Amino acid sequence: MPLIEFKKEGLYVPAADVYIDPWRRVRKALITHGHSDHARWGHQQYICSHHSKPIIKHRLGDINVHGVAYGEELSVNGVKFTFFPAGHIVGSAQIRVEHQGEVWVVSGDYKTEDDGISGTFSPIKCHTFITECTFGLPIYTWVPQQQVFDKINHWWSTNQANGVTSILMGYSLGKAQRLLAGIDASIGPIYTHGAVEQMNAVIKTAGIPLPPTKYLNKEVTEKELAGSLVITPQGATRSTWMKRFGQVSLANASGWMQLRGARRRGGADRGFVLSDHADWQGLNDAITATGAETVYATHGYTNVFKQWLDSRGLDARVVQTKFEGELSEENSVESSQSDKLPSDE
Amino acid sequence: MKHFADLFEALDQTTKTTAKVGALAGYFARATTEDRLWTMALLSHKRPRRTVTTTLLRTWAAEEANLPLWLFEESYHIVGDLAEAIALVLPKPEGQSTKSLSEWINIIRSLKDETDEVKRETITKAWSVLNHQERFVFNKLITGGFRIGVSQKLMTRALAQATGLDENIIAQRLMGNWTPDETTFERLLFEEKPEDKLSRPYPFYLAYALDLDPTSLGPVADWQVERKWDGIRGQVIIRESHLFVWSRGEELVTDRFPEFEMLAESFPKGVVIDGEILPWKEGNPLPFQLLQTRIGRKKLSKKALETAPVILMAYDLLEYDGDDYRSHPLETRREKLVAVVNEVNCDALKLSPLVKTEDWLALNEERKKSRAHHCEGFMLKRKDSIYKQGRKKGDWWKWKIDPLTIDAVMLYAQQGHGRRANLFTDYTFAVWDGDNLVPFAKAYSGLTDGEFKEITRFVRQHTLDRYGPVRAVKPQLVFELAFEGIQRSTRHKSGVALRFPRMLRWRKDKKASEANSLVDLKGMLDLYG
Repeated sequence: MPLIEFKKEGLYVPAADVYIDPWRRVRKALITHGHSDHARWGHQQYICSHHSKPIIKHRLGDINVHGVAYGEELSVNGVKFTFFPAGHIVGSAQIRVEHQGEVWVVSGDYKTEDDGISGTFSPIKCHTFITECTFGLPIYTWVPQQQVFDKINHWWSTNQANGVTSILMGYSLGKAQRLLAGIDASIGPIYTHGAVEQMNAVIKTAGIPLPPTKYLNKEVTEKELAGSLVITPQGATRSTWMKRFGQVSLANASGWMQLRGARRRGGADRGFVLSDHADWQGLNDAITATGAETVYATHGYTNVFKQWLDSRGLDARVVQTKFEGELSEENSVESSQSDKLPSDE
Repeated sequence: MKHFADLFEALDQTTKTTAKVGALAGYFARATTEDRLWTMALLSHKRPRRTVTTTLLRTWAAEEANLPLWLFEESYHIVGDLAEAIALVLPKPEGQSTKSLSEWINIIRSLKDETDEVKRETITKAWSVLNHQERFVFNKLITGGFRIGVSQKLMTRALAQATGLDENIIAQRLMGNWTPDETTFERLLFEEKPEDKLSRPYPFYLAYALDLDPTSLGPVADWQVERKWDGIRGQVIIRESHLFVWSRGEELVTDRFPEFEMLAESFPKGVVIDGEILPWKEGNPLPFQLLQTRIGRKKLSKKALETAPVILMAYDLLEYDGDDYRSHPLETRREKLVAVVNEVNCDALKLSPLVKTEDWLALNEERKKSRAHHCEGFMLKRKDSIYKQGRKKGDWWKWKIDPLTIDAVMLYAQQGHGRRANLFTDYTFAVWDGDNLVPFAKAYSGLTDGEFKEITRFVRQHTLDRYGPVRAVKPQLVFELAFEGIQRSTRHKSGVALRFPRMLRWRKDKKASEANSLVDLKGMLDLYG
């Protein structure tokens, strides 16, 4: 019997009778992070990292959730579970599962560059690695984040000098905080959309420092806004909410912005390539460092990625999950509005 | 190259016309004259001849990136643009380059007769000293196709800003088949050359589709109504016993149409006629496809001349006796045109007949019969209108008939390119032949971005098979296709070929079984083919 089975409810550890990031209702669910395609509604018990706990509670309401520390060993029926930082968003974790000498790691979503708020990803030795591969193609290589933030700061400063309001779009959980943590907040005032403001408050309770922001409520005038930065989820920019802003420059911050076609289709003035997922090099380095001989690819460009890993002598397999990868760009618009559809960016 | 790469990025980053013109004008003011000229050429789709095949480029890019070729190909399909895909996978550059755009173009052109080894060394060396944006532009110089949303009009405006020359004069001087090799920036824009003057066409005046109630156009008597013929818009120039035929794509196509040769001697002082080149036999136009086949042939055979002889359906007179006639009102031009056509008395030159009418209502009824006349509808031209340049609203309108339509099932889907890369936008459609679906048309326009996204999701979830970039999908989605005409075809399995098929709407209310059949399609062929 394999340590982890792929069942219709989700990733299942039979020896412990628990699930990891299940998409159907189960009794006990271990959760890698707070995004809605990983932390779903309706389980009897949730176990996640301490930092994830307030996020999940905020999104799912009154649930039974237990927090564990990174590196703390949790034993269920003799199976040992340990959460390690995944570097994806605040509180995100990879979950190490050990039973009778066999080790599997479920990556959840991860990125290999340290963003300062999501913990430092480091690969964990294992026999079998279950990995995402959202950006599992060699066209997706990220430049160091400081270069991206330099560009964002420059864009904002230039807009400010021209009296233009800078609107930066990113998912309310994860991207919004990463932007806030990386941006030069001394340039000017930063306003946030309600969804971002609420999430920020939750994340601050987890002890993560973020620069001061102002909630962009109805009372804020066009004049006050001029030259400032507004951080908002994608969906909001199509609503009437944005109509009153006067002269604006609209920018998107996402890994999908790597491709010119996606940048132009997005309809934004600028596209900054900033992702909370590992790039091609990151995925490859991480997989090599785990020493795993068997690799399951769960979401992203899975077929191509599997073929690539096979050609490197690994035993790679594609497993169908309900985690979103390839479609997240398309979905993020709707999910930031309704929060019903899954998204990981 | 840096300046040009920066310009490219600036143009790419904005959809605002003023910002584009500003960026271009700034560039034209700064760049060297060689670079200016080449930039104008590139933006006019005059790219240097290809000296390196894309197959070689792919192979070298994969090798430089240390990737298996199949993985590079997969990546390329996702990106949808070879130049960009190569720029994205290459390892970081090792140095930088100060070479200009023209210098790089000359390097690329010098590879024409070189061995593959020399080509390879030159290209990979270039890649190693160019940054991402520069590499992308460099690759584009080789592969061609600079699509950056800069129209000829926009470039002309920027040049006017940068040089202080009149926009209309620039537009006219940029027309025709100049190449950067045969001219300079100064000569092209500032010098008037006699031999150019002889062949130079006028910019075409184009009409928008009528998007308002025709009665709002005022009394019908103010309008000249002609049929809208389906051929190739062209300009026939007769000056000093020379004949020139230009297509709307600003291509000199004189030698493609020997039918007009005899016109050369007809008007010594100069006549320019705007009209439609049509395949024509026994008093009727032939299907457009025949003209297309004739143009597609490298050598014009006697058989092609017999199968699809052409005429010019004369619409307008732009020059008479060497004088620019464009600012005369249409009524005056038409009068003169009638005289010219009668005087020449040549079978290959026909006068576009006028449609007489009492009122808009009667005209509308007549319009609906256009298909019987092998026409696409009417052209409405205000009688007092001057001949403008480019697409303008107000004085000229296309008033087309409604297209033919059919409900079809989507069978295959393929990802688009450029702006639509990463979305499934190109589809193959089928109709029922008994229990089988027979593919009969491809279409890739007519839907919104939102619909394309939704269909992309469907395609990903309902892929039955993959053939390279093409996916066979579950035959479930039904679309109403619109098309302008239908012809018998021996090249297609269905036995028909459609003219300009596109998606009119997504019929979410219909099941696949409710789509039309081959019998329906054949019925249309009998009626309209």
